Amino acid sequence: MTTPVDGSKTPVQDTVPEAQDPAVLPADLQDERLIASRGVSGAIAAFTSRLRSGDLGSVPVVLGLIIIWAVFQIANSNFLSSRNLVNLTLQTTSVGVIALGIVLVLLLGEIDLSIGSVSGLAAAILGVTFVNEGWPLALSVVAGIVTGAVIGLFYGLLYTRFGVPSFVITLAGLLGFLGLQLLVLGKEGSLNLPFDSPIVKFATQSFLSPVVSYIFIAVTVALYALSRLRGRGQRLAAGLSAAPTSIIGVKAGALAVTLLISVIVLNGDRGMPSMFLLLLVLVVLTDIAVRRTRWGRSVMAVGGNVEAARRAGINVRMIYLTVFAACSTFAAVGGLLAAARLVAVNQSSGGGDTNLNAIAAAVIGGTSLFGGRGSAYSALLGALVIVSISNGLSLLSLDSNVRYIVTAGVLLVAVTIDSLSRRSRQAHGRA
Amino acid sequence: MTVTPTPTPIAAGTVLALRGVSKRFGAVQALKNIELDVRPGEVLALVGDNGAGKSTLVKTIAGVYTADDGQMVFDGQEVRVGSPAEAQQLGIATVFQDLALCDNLDVVANLYLGSELRKGNLLDEVEMERSSWELLRQLSAKIPSVRIPVASLSGGQRQTVAIARSLLGQPKVVMLDEPTAALGVAQTAEVLNLVERLRERGLAVILISHNMADVMAVADRVAVLRLGRNNGIFTVSETKTQDIIAAITGATDNAVSERAARRTREEGAAS
Repeated sequence: MTTPVDGSKTPVQDTVPEAQDPAVLPADLQDERLIASRGVSGAIAAFTSRLRSGDLGSVPVVLGLIIIWAVFQIANSNFLSSRNLVNLTLQTTSVGVIALGIVLVLLLGEIDLSIGSVSGLAAAILGVTFVNEGWPLALSVVAGIVTGAVIGLFYGLLYTRFGVPSFVITLAGLLGFLGLQLLVLGKEGSLNLPFDSPIVKFATQSFLSPVVSYIFIAVTVALYALSRLRGRGQRLAAGLSAAPTSIIGVKAGALAVTLLISVIVLNGDRGMPSMFLLLLVLVVLTDIAVRRTRWGRSVMAVGGNVEAARRAGINVRMIYLTVFAACSTFAAVGGLLAAARLVAVNQSSGGGDTNLNAIAAAVIGGTSLFGGRGSAYSALLGALVIVSISNGLSLLSLDSNVRYIVTAGVLLVAVTIDSLSRRSRQAHGRA
Repeated sequence: MTVTPTPTPIAAGTVLALRGVSKRFGAVQALKNIELDVRPGEVLALVGDNGAGKSTLVKTIAGVYTADDGQMVFDGQEVRVGSPAEAQQLGIATVFQDLALCDNLDVVANLYLGSELRKGNLLDEVEMERSSWELLRQLSAKIPSVRIPVASLSGGQRQTVAIARSLLGQPKVVMLDEPTAALGVAQTAEVLNLVERLRERGLAVILISHNMADVMAVADRVAVLRLGRNNGIFTVSETKTQDIIAAITGATDNAVSERAARRTREEGAAS
């Protein structure tokens, strides 16, 4: 190893070295073909070149969200009001949680079409066992979630043992579990959850107080900055290049400003809903699981090249099983949250556009339909887009007919961007 | 009655030895009584025409197929290899022609796929990246960055990544299936350098190739297969390409040697 350990003591990485002496360059920047890009301007240059080559990440969805919000704000000045934005976050939560599961199956290049039915079934189980049978709430909630997990394992078994395409398995599930939901609900077909039950309170009346929300921001930004600085220290100690502190500072600052503006706006009304915080936590945890664990790396590998993953000794079956199970579990959790927010369970719980909204959210957010590419954050961003459209159109007193057409248009645009950027990535060697 | 030849005794210092290995697929005898000795720090080229049994032999050693008959001795111990994973655990690494890389993952992720380093429950990206560079530098491999998806690498670089990955399991034998097929001139040279680097590390390298120039450039010995049987083992420094080609095709008056002889004659007449 020619890399000097003493290179870590002098901050060579922050400045462009005068002499390109390999002895002082970090181990990963020694190749003469690498285009040197350091400092804040270098980071911006690298970012734009990535965009040009078609590696768009979450840029299209963020742009789309800004455009959608601007259009609705012009059409109706109440759209960006604190009150409406609090409603928006409440409406986003269940779609976002269900979409998280879809992101996972899409990373494998598979699909789950039954998430709506599974979420409805979980809600029905909660309603019947908690309201009619008088089970303790916690037990009913666990029963609903476990049902989701079992359904996912069942899908995984069918897929891995018999090789039935996930499209067909979950299409059968869509119909079958809708039937089961109606069966569980019985003749009345509609149940109201008690207003004073903790789950309903959590979903409708629980908001972070201003003080708690500011503490939340401070802790989040501090954790982010600390983990980035720690990572930087480790990289420098290992003789690798690392992002300069200036970039870490800029990123942490951007994060702080974004969170602060959101929270100040939300605090103008009831504040940040606890339910939305739950979604944020789930997104961050899923992101860590996908990017930073062996399981997540295996998921990406299976989504990219199953045969290579199998030959590398990855237990491919286990990956399919766990991902299908996670997806159905997220669907069940989303169904419970939706039921709690609407304070009711009925035959149309999880029906209508729940299914396609969640799938559209994941795709609009930038997770590829072709497998091996995407992130947990796409569930959050995509859900915000989908919910913004339906929220904005209902503010304009437009019916669901317009909403369906607009959502369809946005979905088509998102899928087209995915396909085009995939082609561009291949042309630029970033597939 | 056919007389079974008495197997040659296995010389000391042989890391992998095959004796009387046979494999048939239905009515086809793909391999018959194959003998092969592989020594550490040596590049053994495995050559033969299409259908000579090279791929079958490689897959048998790698554990993809199981031999019908014969014995395989690894490090002085007779072994049975039932699966590719078992072969890898023994210390036999194989780089197949399709390389089996995940295009969407970066070089580090591909190198450590299935055996990621961890710190607690999370991946230790820093240590993986550091040792990736260490390994690639030892192989003098020219990879510009280990944080780009392998889709953006050239054919030779992808081959390098696949070979480097096979080394992570500390193998004693590395089998390369046509590593230079479909590579350009410079990239071929790069891969051949890499093969020499493997030899310097004391590994036994089995190189399957159709390209006689590559074989003569890098191999120490050449084992020729013809119609599923051994058809001679040559020491490269003492052999002419023509003799090997004769062994591959099974005749001295074949199209290749006739052509070569004609060229030599013409050149002789011209000068």
